[in-house]
Amino acid sequence: MEHQKTVKVLKFHPQKCTGCRKCEQACSQVHFKTDEGGDKSAIRILKTKQGYQMHVCDQRGLCIDMCPVGALARRKNGIVWLDKNTCIGCQACVGFCPIGAMRKSDARIEPFKCISCGACVRACPEQALELVEKKIDDIKEVVYHGLEAH
Amino acid sequence: MVEGQIPVAEYDSGNTKHTWNVKKLLNAHNILAEYTYQKGKVIKGYANRTLYVNLSTNTISEKPVTDDMKKKFTGGRGFGLKLLWDSIKPTTRWDSEENELVITTGPLCGTTQYAGSGKSLCLTISPSTDIICDSNVGGFFGPYLKFTGFDALEIQGKAKEDVVIVIDGERSKVTIETAPKEEVNSHVLNEQLTHMYASKDTDSARQKVSVVSAGKGAEHSWWGCLNFSFYDIRRKVCRMKQAGRGGLGTVLRNKHIKAVVAKVERFDGVTNHPADPVTLAKVGTKLHQEIRDLDRQQCNMRAVGTVHLVEIMDQYDLLPTENYRFGSFPKASKIFSPKFYEYFTKIIPDGCWHGCTMACAKTVDGFTIMTGPYKGQNVTVDGPEYETVGCGANMSLWDPAWILEFNFYCDTYGLDTISTGTAIAFYMEMFEYGILNKERCDGLELYFGNFDAVMEFLHRMARGDKGEFIIVAAKGVRRVKDWMKKKGWGNPQLIEDAGMESKGLEYSEYVTKESLAMQGGYGLTLKGPQHDEAWLIFMDMVNNQIPTFKDKAEALHYFPMWRTWFGLNGLCKLPWNDIEPANNAETDEPAKVPEHVQNYVEYQNAVTGWNVDKEELILQSERCYNWQRAMNVWLGKGTRKEDWIPYRSIGPVTEMEYVSRKDRYDAQLIEKVRLKKEQVERMSVPEKIKALYKHRRNEYEKLADAVYYRRGWTPNGIPTPQKMKQLGMDDSKLLKVLQKKIDDDEKVGKNVWGGIYKKGEKPPTTVHNYWEKW
Repeated sequence: MEHQKTVKVLKFHPQKCTGCRKCEQACSQVHFKTDEGGDKSAIRILKTKQGYQMHVCDQRGLCIDMCPVGALARRKNGIVWLDKNTCIGCQACVGFCPIGAMRKSDARIEPFKCISCGACVRACPEQALELVEKKIDDIKEVVYHGLEAH
Repeated sequence: MVEGQIPVAEYDSGNTKHTWNVKKLLNAHNILAEYTYQKGKVIKGYANRTLYVNLSTNTISEKPVTDDMKKKFTGGRGFGLKLLWDSIKPTTRWDSEENELVITTGPLCGTTQYAGSGKSLCLTISPSTDIICDSNVGGFFGPYLKFTGFDALEIQGKAKEDVVIVIDGERSKVTIETAPKEEVNSHVLNEQLTHMYASKDTDSARQKVSVVSAGKGAEHSWWGCLNFSFYDIRRKVCRMKQAGRGGLGTVLRNKHIKAVVAKVERFDGVTNHPADPVTLAKVGTKLHQEIRDLDRQQCNMRAVGTVHLVEIMDQYDLLPTENYRFGSFPKASKIFSPKFYEYFTKIIPDGCWHGCTMACAKTVDGFTIMTGPYKGQNVTVDGPEYETVGCGANMSLWDPAWILEFNFYCDTYGLDTISTGTAIAFYMEMFEYGILNKERCDGLELYFGNFDAVMEFLHRMARGDKGEFIIVAAKGVRRVKDWMKKKGWGNPQLIEDAGMESKGLEYSEYVTKESLAMQGGYGLTLKGPQHDEAWLIFMDMVNNQIPTFKDKAEALHYFPMWRTWFGLNGLCKLPWNDIEPANNAETDEPAKVPEHVQNYVEYQNAVTGWNVDKEELILQSERCYNWQRAMNVWLGKGTRKEDWIPYRSIGPVTEMEYVSRKDRYDAQLIEKVRLKKEQVERMSVPEKIKALYKHRRNEYEKLADAVYYRRGWTPNGIPTPQKMKQLGMDDSKLLKVLQKKIDDDEKVGKNVWGGIYKKGEKPPTTVHNYWEKW
């Protein structure tokens, strides 16, 4: 079967960011119909000594092989998608995400993640965010299954 | 297959494909009983009722779960004990009409956030031991049973013809149906029933069905296990996990049950309705992260499952080879974990319940069967696990493919690999000595390493072969010991010492000769020699952390209680100490894994809404542990006599064994038996064996003294009524049974310690009937 070769992922321009977190508010609107942002947002803007940093899923897809019920899959557009209705809330994807980008809010048991919908890009008044196309083969990561370290 | 991120629908296991005419199979069913129940919610981990099915009368009903029952028995195995107590008699044997097969869940069972939370606990009166056997098993059935509305399933009576029991959570209906046409062997039957009862022809619908079955081997032997299915949406097969020990599958087939099926409509991460789902998810996620970061440096369960133990056991002289004569073997590296790793399918999430990221349930897919009725077909082999590989070593089968074949047929025939392997290893040793031979074994040449004979034995047993040897051999080590002695073959002492059974149940796969505490871990147990109560070899033998009898007794109190707790809650033990926090070694009691104990405190509180601490967890276990021992007393067993273990598990039985570890044993004769060096040098090997035998046997009795005392039992191993009352287990009928047994023991002088104490040594107490002074 033919599979999508590219996927859109978020790119961050820290020098433009003012830390207003409009992106988080837009994101929590998508996932939880609220503009609280924070724990209910898939994108997080962190303030560090070096300036602002973006923390978000980069669609590497390691979580796909962790899901016991097949709720995680790449959609036709290459996005790693969590089907909330199939998900049984085990948090395996949350625990195993190497960058902590699979999010869990206290509001419900099923996790959530960035779906590259662009709501944050549109919400950012400073154009600090954009969606860029990447080759899936370049970013793909598979869960550890080796003997080497043993 | 090492390519990741394959869409679920595109996986191909390489197995032989079957299509079943399930309509035709289903049309042959005749509904014998039907029961419609009110759908209910699981609240804080409990469905608050149990399901009762009687196959003799074709009645189905439900029983309430009371708060008192929860307080005393917690759930899971505890509930099983309570249900058995209410239903059987002291004279009940495995094949009695009133014997029950009980499958229970436990309040934490079905949680998806914490690894290892899908276990069922199965109980019955065992054919091998005549007492209660409990067995812990994965697969989806337990969680599904609870989500259909029941904390436990109790099956009593016997059907006249083969039936299936269907618990349909979608229609809130339980049926008993005749099932004349389905296959009996599990890998086929589970598939047929899963396709038959799935609501839709989709993998997702099939994943909502779980089947419990046993195969043809369970019909014709006492090693019958229960196969619990879990449908794998990627491999598209019904994988299975086994409730292996004690002949539960034998009881299932004796009741003419082909299978029990549970189907759920839907479930999610909070179907248990935990009191505090937020904390639950946090504790569970923390463990997932630990497994992610540390498993590869620790046990590498995710890559090779429990097979990682093979090389460690061989290294420490603990891998049973040639019927436990040795603990390591030059050929052992042929079956080390990297050899199986080559066979295992990689990357697929291998938990036997959702959310178990420890994922030790490895499989070999597309394995081509070499012998028997399925020869030439490509199948999925579930496993092997360490124990099954240990059986390979014990039978001297040093080829991974042979072990896989043995594993596959044991599973589909419904045979416990442990009992089967341990027993065959014993028959092989007897064959080597000429006590058994080709003629006495119905034409089988059961010498060590003869893979063809092993498989031929399994196939003939499953076919119901009527050979005298096949029939007796299928009942296990204890009955073959009696048979050979009756026939006058061989030295009875050798037969008793070499056959690895206690209480009638075969040993699991560890050599315990150099660890006294672990000898107790096998012998001073409730159901028989199984390592699920305690695994103390490293603490005792390698790290010398429990040098005194008192230390060992404390470990043989704490660990059996702690490990019992998993069974009360529907949990797996592995995520407790087969993964450890990075700083575990720096804690006060690393063997207990304190941080994980605390996880379990928080976990139980988060589900049930209780406010318990770690001491209360042990108390929950102590109540049930003592109750089970007391029930064994009620059943006419449960005394020091039943806690006897064969000498092969204590020390060298044969000259060959002694000579193979001569330096070790000679040194012990000097250091421990206190013989002079010159004396030892003059002794013949048989004399040395005898001296060591006398010493080690007595060490075991002294250990039993210390353990019984720590547990609050009499010197004959009877739980005292005082202890039971202290635990709040005040059932007057059971207390009377115990008091009567203690009074009877007093009359025949059994309330005295069993060890012989030399000058300077003391029994645990010198106060006669010490418990009366409490």
